Formats: sequence, C-alpha cells, structure tokens
Amino acid sequence: MTLKTIPFAYLKTGAFIALGLPFAWLAWQWSLLLMGQYNDLGVNPIEATNRFLGDTAIRVLLITLAITPLRDITRMAALTRLRRMAGLYAFFYMSLHLGSYLGLDLFFSLAKLWKDVVKRTYITLGMSAFALLVPLALTSTNASLRHLGPKRWKRLHMLIYPAILLAVVHHIFMAKGFQLMPLVHGAIAIFLLGWRVVKWYRVQKTKRTA
Amino acid sequence: MLIRHPSGFDLKDNDVTPQSAYLRRREFLAAFVAAGGTLALPAAAQAKRAMPDDYALLKAAKSGYTVDDPMVPWDAVTSYNNFYEFGTGKGDPAKKAHKLITKPWTVTVEGEADKTGTYALEDLIDYNALEERIYRHRCVEAWSMVIPWVGVPLASVLKKFEPNSKAKFVQFFTKNSRKEMPGTFWPVLKWPYREGLRIDEAMNPLPFLAVGLYGRVLPNQNGAPIRLVVPWKYGYKSIKSIERIRFSETMPETSWNQSNAREYGFYSNVNPLVEHPRWSQASERVIGPQAGFSGALARRDTQMFNGYADAVAGLYAGMDLRKNH
Repeated sequence: MTLKTIPFAYLKTGAFIALGLPFAWLAWQWSLLLMGQYNDLGVNPIEATNRFLGDTAIRVLLITLAITPLRDITRMAALTRLRRMAGLYAFFYMSLHLGSYLGLDLFFSLAKLWKDVVKRTYITLGMSAFALLVPLALTSTNASLRHLGPKRWKRLHMLIYPAILLAVVHHIFMAKGFQLMPLVHGAIAIFLLGWRVVKWYRVQKTKRTA
Repeated sequence: MLIRHPSGFDLKDNDVTPQSAYLRRREFLAAFVAAGGTLALPAAAQAKRAMPDDYALLKAAKSGYTVDDPMVPWDAVTSYNNFYEFGTGKGDPAKKAHKLITKPWTVTVEGEADKTGTYALEDLIDYNALEERIYRHRCVEAWSMVIPWVGVPLASVLKKFEPNSKAKFVQFFTKNSRKEMPGTFWPVLKWPYREGLRIDEAMNPLPFLAVGLYGRVLPNQNGAPIRLVVPWKYGYKSIKSIERIRFSETMPETSWNQSNAREYGFYSNVNPLVEHPRWSQASERVIGPQAGFSGALARRDTQMFNGYADAVAGLYAGMDLRKNH
C-alpha cells in the first residue's frame, strides 16, 4: 500500500490524533501534578508548560506550512485537506500558550498583559502573531470559505506567513544567550516561505513566456 | 512413513529463549521499560534523578548563616539547573553533567598575586574547615531557592594566593571541554564561561566557595567540584566548576555581559527596583518547598540585595545602582 492509497479518513484521523498528542501529554502531566504525584513538568511547572506550549505552537505552525510543499513533492492533493486542521491546532496551542502566560504568570491581569505588550518587544511580537491568526481561525469554517470566495479566503489566509515570522522572532528575542533551537525554527520557516516565493516566481515566468 | 504435522503449540528451535538471555530477563525488562519511557516523554522532561546516597557525606560545621524560609528539596535543586555547558534546558544538566570529569581537579591561579600557579583542589580547600551556609539563591529569571551549601568562605581561599595591590578585581573561569560538556558545541555564550567580582566584594565574608550541597559532595549539575556562591547577586554570578582564577587591575569580562550588556551588567546585584529589560524583577517564583498546584504558583517579593543589604549595601555607597546594574 503506498501513501496515496491510504483512505483520506484514516489520514485525517491519524493527523488529528498526532497533532493532539502534545496536548494529551500535557493534560496527563497536569493531572498528575494536581493529584500531587510525581510528574515530568519538573519543579517549575508553569515555566515548563509555557515553554512546551510555545515550542509546540511554532512547530505545528511549521507543520501547517510544510503541507503545501509536501503536496507539491508527493503530488498528493488530499494533503491540502489537512491544512486547515493543522492550522487550527497551531492556533489552539498558541491560545493555550498565551492563556498559560496570562493565567498562570499574570494571574489573569489584563492590565499587566497590556503593559507587557506595550513595553516588551518579544511580547509585542508574540501577541501580533496571535492577533494575525485570530481572523484565520474565525474564517476556518466551510461557510466562511463560501462566503468569502476561494480567492479572497486564500489571500486572507496568507496572514500565516507574517505570523510564523513574528512567532519565530518572538522566540529568538525571548531566549537568553545565543540559542540554537529558535534559529532552527527560523531556518525551517524561511525555507518553507522561500519555497512559495520560488514557486510564485516560476509561475510568473511561465505566464510571461506563454 | 511418519508424517509430523506440527501443531500450534509445538515450539521451533528459534522460539526458545537462550538460557543466557533468560537469566538476564530482568535487565531486558528494565531496558524495555526505560525505552518505553523514553518514547512516551519528550526528551526535555527526562531527567535522571540524583539520589543523595550517590554523593559522599562531608563533615561540615553549622554556621550562623541561615534564613527562616523553608529549603528547596534535594530533588528540586539537583534537577532544575542553569548550566548551559550541558544544554539550555533546565533538565539538561541533570541528564548530561555526569560526563564531567571532576577528579582529579586543579585550579590555575594567575595575574596580580604573589602565589600564582596550579593547585590541586585538595590543596585549595581545607576539608577540615568546611561549614554549612543556608543561602537564598535568586536567579535573574525571577525564581528563587533556599539552598544549604557546604564549603569555605571565598576570602579564606583568595588570601592564600596573596593578591598584590594591583588586584582590583578577580575573575573566574568554568572548565571548557567539548568532550565532557556537550552544550559547548554551540556558542550560546562565550566559552569558557567567565564571571568576576570587585576585590572588596570578593573579600566580603558572604561569598562562598561551595564543594557540597545538603551535607554531601556537590552533584555535577550543581557545579562540582567547586563553585562560587554570591547570595546577593543574580545566580549567574555564582559560577560553577571553576578551573581558573585571575586577579586583575581592570574590570574583567563576564560571559553574560558580553552576550548582552544592556541586560546583564557587571555587578548584577539583586535589585527589585531595576527591571530586566524583558521582565520585572519585583517578585520571584519560589521553587521547591511546596508541592502541587499551590507550590507551582508560589511567589514572593524580591528583596533588595536578595535580603543581604545589611552585609553588602556599604560596598555600593554612592553608586548609581540603576547605571551600575
């Protein structure tokens, strides 16, 4: 059985479960913590949770952006239909990341959050990334797609491109010292966006020569 | 002619477990469980738990240096560490620091002192004069622990080298070994890690050279075999696994200052009034003593000089602490 013959329903269910695993793990660890049992969040569970959610949000965003290049390579059109779910998962993890910061670090003080957003560059960047993804999450229904029409819908959903860049720069600015992991995320993001630029350029060229 | 029809329960030769493997069944089981655990958990969360019994007991006298707040448990102080030579994750040092070779250990002393040279650790530290000091530890990342260290006052060791009149500062270097410290493959900071104190700060009674923790030999992740503890400064000043000491006339380089001078000054005194550019220093998360959810949320207000103002505020008389942060 090749990849292409896998029924789409299986592919979708598999992707749904795989992308949910980080959340399942975190929920399990928190339930251990709340029951007062040994868990793998360590002795600073709030920091561990926030980092884990931030990393996962960026990685799921990268997975979302990798789907189109992967489709181009494998010529599996069905992959496109996983894109929206992956994007929604990215938004889900980003919301939890912001939520854990707001709830567990700032004790739900919106005033403190606003002060941070205005004052601290890396938080400004992170919040901007989140703000860009809000309209994408809101228009992720089929009804919205029909309402906007595929062309406008696609153009709106290009907001994921600046969003990933903002998220990665947020990570780079937030890390202490010159750390490798945020740069790796950045390099992958640039590769995935570069893929689209090259593709777009090629299409323009064939249009001109045609 | 006999025709054998193998029935379902007939064993083929290769079905039988060799006796040698059978005798080692517990090891296989343990390895299987360990492998399963590795798969189920993200690498960052995997920490080898240091057991106190693995570390030799030290004979140390009680000292007057103590605080009222509850101490951080052994498990917490040995599993939550910033020691970037072993990785930037908090659990990395506990996982990887076992690679550090701490025996034999020498400390090289250079610069403005009469008795420079290379000293064996045993010649530097008088193991009959060890004392225990319970100090507050405040990380620049806004978390804190109360830690029972074992060691000797820094001044008692520095005096042995007879620093001369040009010795205005003292600088410390961490060991730098690509083989033993896997995190150094990438320049997160300028390696070897370096830190420094003004000589009057260093000669104050508070700075401590620790060789132990909780009455036992220091675990590697905590800076074995010898580390500095400067309780009124942010944790990164308390340099780990010291291999070189240099006396100098001019202010020495410090790794975090070189990495980002705007955020990390030379003095790095704990000061709730001076914000780190990226976060507030007004309060801190208390690591350790309390378990569960309330423990996770526990915070306290940060004190000026981490609560040691009486002992050290005089060192900075007339200085602008915002400028000299």
